Amino acid sequence: MIKILELTGRYFLLLGKVFSRPEKMRIYRERIIFEMEALGIGSIPLTAIISVFIGAVVTLQMSISLESPFIPQYLIGYATRETMVLEFSSTVVALILAGKVGSNIASEIGTMRITEQIDALEIMGVNSASYLILPKIVATVLFFPLLTLLSIFIGCVGGYAIAYVTGIMIPGDYIEGMHYAFLPYSITYSLIKSAVFAFIITSISAFCGYYADGNSLEVGRASTRAVVASSIVIMIFNLILTQILLV
Amino acid sequence: MIKADHISKSFEGRTVLDDISVEFETGKTNLIIGRSGSGKTVLLKSLVGLHEVDSGAVYYDDVCYTQLTFNQRKAIRKDIGMIFQGGALLDSSTVVENVKLPLDLFTDQSEAEKMERVAFCLERVRLQGADHLYPSELSGGMIKRVAIARAIVMNPRYLFCDEPNSGLDPQTSVVIDNLIHDITREYNITTIINTHDMNSVMEIGEKIVYIHEGHKWWEGTKDDILHADNAELNDFVFASAMAKRARRAAR
Repeated sequence: MIKILELTGRYFLLLGKVFSRPEKMRIYRERIIFEMEALGIGSIPLTAIISVFIGAVVTLQMSISLESPFIPQYLIGYATRETMVLEFSSTVVALILAGKVGSNIASEIGTMRITEQIDALEIMGVNSASYLILPKIVATVLFFPLLTLLSIFIGCVGGYAIAYVTGIMIPGDYIEGMHYAFLPYSITYSLIKSAVFAFIITSISAFCGYYADGNSLEVGRASTRAVVASSIVIMIFNLILTQILLV
Repeated sequence: MIKADHISKSFEGRTVLDDISVEFETGKTNLIIGRSGSGKTVLLKSLVGLHEVDSGAVYYDDVCYTQLTFNQRKAIRKDIGMIFQGGALLDSSTVVENVKLPLDLFTDQSEAEKMERVAFCLERVRLQGADHLYPSELSGGMIKRVAIARAIVMNPRYLFCDEPNSGLDPQTSVVIDNLIHDITREYNITTIINTHDMNSVMEIGEKIVYIHEGHKWWEGTKDDILHADNAELNDFVFASAMAKRARRAAR
């Protein structure tokens, strides 16, 4: 318990350093764009592939589960949309990105720590925490909601495609279900969650990498710790945000 | 001038530096020598502020560096250049970007002025035609040269080198040693080099401090070292057969 409190304290101290005044805004702007490309655009293919298959699988499962003459078929499209919007495209995609982006950030910063690149920045008088971590946080917080929107869209298209190809339902019913009882606030809820999860993934992974100490084995451990810790915190915040925003 | 005044440092109860006092002179190449694990790197990192000392103080030209806050230290850190053992170049940046980084962050120079300064520094370390290469594409000697160029780009008053010759062949080591020595003289820098390379000691050592098990065991010049009667120092300096022969010849 003391260890967890100590780590939490160190985490917030690091965040204090991260959010102190940047040296030069122009340099940070350039780094934010670089990180958006590396962490955000680089995650589009994985997000797209997973979303299209999940959308298709959810549609298939719903069509089997809801196979009854008393249940209108358009509910399959509705259930697919709600699954994608409320949970999959924000939470599950965040868990997947915790693996991809989180381990990437932890190993990159961890390697910089053990090869003394962070020390070199400190010697120059650079606030290394802010210089290395702030652009990553800004980039992911801005970009992950876009990935969520993309995931929702592609997931719904995946569901439509499987309905069209297999003939399990009339595609028109699927489209009708997509429109049925649509609440725009659901999208807002999903985007808020993805922004919060982006912050969690990036800051926790950067924290694990920044305090890596030792050799390359430690970088691997930092990377694993980053994925595990981010995933657990994401699930906790998923519950908290759902309680606050939806209930 | 950089002065360590009774500094001590320990990690998890293990004392690594014990009450070390030493003064490093301006315009000279000051060498810290000692066996692996003797505390050389911890001393160097304590002087530069990467490790906070447990007791004692470090002075940079009469300014007590150890009492300054992070932001107050920034002003002095801009006067510090440091060459790390592995170079510590940013992997995701090219040679030019690495050398230019301090200028980008701390000066208001135009891009043309910055590029001119970078070109000058790269020429000074005799590294041309590698501007757009990444650290992974450079040899060990080239990495050290880029690290030196980055260390001098802001015209530092203090230069720290942590084993600048490690992993280099003897010829390249001499080139790097001479480069650091020439730069020290040319810009009147206070240079502190951490090494266990006796060739460096005999080539460029103007003031030498021998660290043994966390204590300052001996200090003097490269001429003194051949005639020192300190047993630990002699064991270190004359460990090789070649050095023993050199000593016999000197006597």
